[in-house]
Amino acid sequence: MKRAFKAVVVGVSSGGLEALKILVPGLRKDLSVPVLIVQHLSPQADSYLALRLDEVSGLKVKEAEDKEFLQAGVAYVAPPDYHLLVEPDGSLSLSVDPKVNFSRPSVDVLFETASDAFGAALIGVVLTGANQDGAKGLARIKRRGGLAVVQSPESALADAMPRAALESTNVDHVLPLREIAPFLNNLLIGPSHANTD
Amino acid sequence: MNVHPETERIELRLLLEAIYLKYGYDFRNYSMAHLKRRAEYRLSLSGLASISQLQHAVLHDEKMFLIFLQDLSINVSEMFRDPPFYKALRNEILPMLGTYPSFKIWHAGCSAGQEVYSMAILLHEAGMRERGQIYATDFNRAILEQAREAAFPLAQLKDYTTKYQQAGGENSFADYYAADDERALLCSFLKERIFFSEHNLVTDGVFGEMHLIVCRNVLIYFDRELQDRVVGLFVDSLCPGGFLCLGSKESLKFSRHAEKFEVVREKEKIYRKRRDA
Repeated sequence: MKRAFKAVVVGVSSGGLEALKILVPGLRKDLSVPVLIVQHLSPQADSYLALRLDEVSGLKVKEAEDKEFLQAGVAYVAPPDYHLLVEPDGSLSLSVDPKVNFSRPSVDVLFETASDAFGAALIGVVLTGANQDGAKGLARIKRRGGLAVVQSPESALADAMPRAALESTNVDHVLPLREIAPFLNNLLIGPSHANTD
Repeated sequence: MNVHPETERIELRLLLEAIYLKYGYDFRNYSMAHLKRRAEYRLSLSGLASISQLQHAVLHDEKMFLIFLQDLSINVSEMFRDPPFYKALRNEILPMLGTYPSFKIWHAGCSAGQEVYSMAILLHEAGMRERGQIYATDFNRAILEQAREAAFPLAQLKDYTTKYQQAGGENSFADYYAADDERALLCSFLKERIFFSEHNLVTDGVFGEMHLIVCRNVLIYFDRELQDRVVGLFVDSLCPGGFLCLGSKESLKFSRHAEKFEVVREKEKIYRKRRDA
């Protein structure tokens, strides 16, 4: 039986731009859930990441806005220098709280609040990165019965973040980067027939 | 311990209700995800096992309440945060403000005063300081004391100096402070014409006849209902044609009061109250 998932959260740091350019365009636009992404960026970074990903993806990609409600089939990217939080009612909040794991936005902040909001209906994905962010959050997702997916450290440009995530909890799936989007498509929509757009 | 999220939400609501009933501070319409994180932070530091235990501690021990009150106060700020905003203030808004014989500015949720003093420097450089009155408010008494002191860690000066220059500052930022071993003390002339006072946006009323309100990165901590209430408070506090400045990721887009404002600078989040609003 298909499990009913309500959201996917993705955390990524160094090597992230390249990784997201493979993951996000690989997701089908009829994905039945929203995708939330924290990519560590310089606080001064412009908001180009969401625009750039939107251009190359079937899925709609946008920068997350304060108090907007999540929609299925949309990917939300945390704005530079703001934490991204999920409210229990399925809306988003931004915050300028102190940095967590030296980062704002922090993957742990997104993962932990999303886990509070969605419980077992959440998929957490940790990708390449040179720090520990996301490990705590992924452990909470697992503790609450959600699904934990980690990019295989060998396929990661920076393997510290995937390794920390693997050490933090009993991860369900360890996959090379290129297999993560097809895996999520399959899990959330079902096996693809022929070539999808 | 693995508490069900729904149970935690109930515990959190009861904690907020307890704080409101006992101490009169109303956090019931703050972002729940944010409050939960602050509560978890306090639990981890004080060895309490659950939000219910925190509620008990806060109710029975005023010191614990005051500690938690500091946890709930957002005190991350910088001088000249978002330089393009200050550049727009300097080049576009202050010249319009300068057409008034005297004017009033309200910094709502001013924290330790970094943005207030940034404004004072802009007014000084525009030769407008004598004509302006700045009201700087926060609900947090302790942080207001810090704001009055106008002392900042030396480690932040480099960042402040860069941002001051990016915001179009033409003097040397070093002209505005004297440094000792640990801290930079802002020149006392910058404090003239600034009134610091306690004011709670959630429970307190209008601040009358303002020409410019700066409230940046405060609304994001409120839910939509409370955002609407507070923006309504700003509408009532502004004179016709007065300006409202929000944080770079805040907007009036989802606000009930959106039509009462025109957008002056979309990216810098500067709005102007319509004359007929």
